[in-house]
Amino acid sequence: MSALEPTKLDQPRPSRDWSAADTGTAKSVAAALRRADLGDRLRSLALAAPLLVLLALSFGIPIVLLLSRAVYDPTIANALPQTSQALRGWNGTGLPDDAAFLALAADLRSNQAKGTAYELAKSLNARLPGARSQMLKTVRQLEAADRPPLEVMKAVPFWSAPGTWPVIESGTHSVTSFYLLSALDLRWNADGGIERVPPEQAIFVQVFMRTFFVAAAVMLATLVLGFPLAYLIASVPKGLAAVLIVAVLLPFWTSILVRTAAWTVLLQKFGLVNDLLLWLGAADDRLDLMYSRIGLIIAMTHIQLPFTLLPIYSVMRTIQPSQMKAAYSLGAKPFTAFRRVYLPQVFPGVMAGCLLTFILCLGYYITPALIGGASDQLISNFIASYVNVELNWEMAAALSFILLVFTLALFGIFARILGLDRLKLV
Amino acid sequence: MLLSPYPTTGERIRITLLWLWCGLVILFLLVPILIPVPLSFNSGAFFIFPLEGISTRWYEVVLGTQRWQAAIGNSLIVAFGTTLIATILGTLTAIALSDEKFPGRRIVMPLLLSPLIVPVVITAVGSYLFYARVGLASSYAGIILAHTALASPFVVVTVGASLTGFDRNLMRAAAISGARPITSFFRVMLPLILPGVLSGAAFAFVTSFDEVVVAQFLASANQRTMPLEMFIGLREKLSPAITAAATLMMALSIVLLVVANLLARRGKQRPRID
Repeated sequence: MSALEPTKLDQPRPSRDWSAADTGTAKSVAAALRRADLGDRLRSLALAAPLLVLLALSFGIPIVLLLSRAVYDPTIANALPQTSQALRGWNGTGLPDDAAFLALAADLRSNQAKGTAYELAKSLNARLPGARSQMLKTVRQLEAADRPPLEVMKAVPFWSAPGTWPVIESGTHSVTSFYLLSALDLRWNADGGIERVPPEQAIFVQVFMRTFFVAAAVMLATLVLGFPLAYLIASVPKGLAAVLIVAVLLPFWTSILVRTAAWTVLLQKFGLVNDLLLWLGAADDRLDLMYSRIGLIIAMTHIQLPFTLLPIYSVMRTIQPSQMKAAYSLGAKPFTAFRRVYLPQVFPGVMAGCLLTFILCLGYYITPALIGGASDQLISNFIASYVNVELNWEMAAALSFILLVFTLALFGIFARILGLDRLKLV
Repeated sequence: MLLSPYPTTGERIRITLLWLWCGLVILFLLVPILIPVPLSFNSGAFFIFPLEGISTRWYEVVLGTQRWQAAIGNSLIVAFGTTLIATILGTLTAIALSDEKFPGRRIVMPLLLSPLIVPVVITAVGSYLFYARVGLASSYAGIILAHTALASPFVVVTVGASLTGFDRNLMRAAAISGARPITSFFRVMLPLILPGVLSGAAFAFVTSFDEVVVAQFLASANQRTMPLEMFIGLREKLSPAITAAATLMMALSIVLLVVANLLARRGKQRPRID
């Protein structure tokens, strides 16, 4: 605004060629506007900056750091410097030469001396089941020093087993695809191709499938329960609709933990659900609903129902009833009118509600932890247990990586097709 | 609206079935959240109806024992800290985003909403990993920071909604009248968008007060919040004290969110001043 200050306007114009002066003024006004515009942009960016920086620190960096653990693991490379050196020339097939065995023996002893042997054993064990005990046994024998190191190494069959050295070799590279592949039950084979791990070691694909299955089941259940209710609320007079919507919002506003707690009470062997089933004659005996798949799906359906219903309802509210009447008067049967006039219009709302519920179900943790049994734990529970119980950050990171890819891909589809305005989280 | 002026028998049957189905769905929605309320007043130690008698002994446990009192105190510290930071920063961000000149709005908005979409275990584990390195694990500051990431999207959304009804010419008028930007914010804009800001604050408070997963990873025994105490209690053994705690938490979040929604609606319905 500085170019238009009143004092400057009052000054007599310098006598110059008019047309040149005019373009000059126009240019300076345009420049001033651009400057002001840039100033506005910078100011609005500065207003948003504190939150963006805080989110980057409290949310962005932690997640990037976690994900990087999935592909970057320098533990083995740092612990085995001599072995790394000795394996440079190895072609990766068969056994490496004796120099590599000696280098490994020396590295193991130096780790024992530095007190990092346990950490190395844990890291090796994560990639090579059984390596921990073999390595610690070998270290003890090397410490005893009653035989030459090479003889000790060769005497432990583990170090000459076909799978051992390729894993050690891959461990000497800090950047690894091992954990990401493991999270999908895959591994590198000796020929440099990717293969499935043996069935007895494969767990994660099954857990991902289970997570998808539970999410899909909950999504369908919420749709079947929620769609008619949304339709009813959108069709009744305003006052009644307000009462009915409260029935949806009350559970929506209660925390997931509280609702899960309520379901643990209801699903007990002598709880209300079993009472009801017996009374209805639907079951002959009291069922074990706690720690079961069906109990988990029931509780998750209850928690997710408002998330599915509200986007559907907000679309249904905008549809004029006169459209259906028009369809009837044109001779459409109720079902035809519903299918050809009503359904196409509510479809975006149905998509939004279902997709939102599916996305949120993929990340469920509290409810499976409290209501699900050992075979009903979802992927989030495995991530938590790798951190809390197994202390295997790399595996937790790899599972997080895969889960995040699925979640963000679905979120991207949501934002792209339906727009973020349909996100009813509030 | 449901029935046509001259309903056929088939139509009547369909509508009756619809009402029946919806009645069952509403029971399914409401009974589970209402069931802990009578159980929390049970004088017995079991979760079986009929109740043995009415007593407030479980509320005395929750409000009277040191373990629960500490948890309630921790929850309040964390929730107020989160609300303060999330409301201030979220409001500033919403104001910035409501300006059509804001660069990269289409990129920033999904980023701001992503804490609500990213599975909360990933957020919790990542925070645990990072905060331990910078010395924020097992501290109130760490939990408040992580909760702020989860709560601020709600503030940005509610304040943003109340700003759509705000006429920017008012700010120009204030500027022409000689008000500095900060003055015109406090005297012109804030009073008009206050319902939205308060509603966002209530959402932020409830988000933090109800949160348990991040707290589970970041809190040491000294920072256990009320939901975390509940979670631990549910894993160990089911005590009726849990139902009392659940009832209290439910009452708090419902009251706050009713207020928040009434405020948000007021903020949006206010007519534009021309």
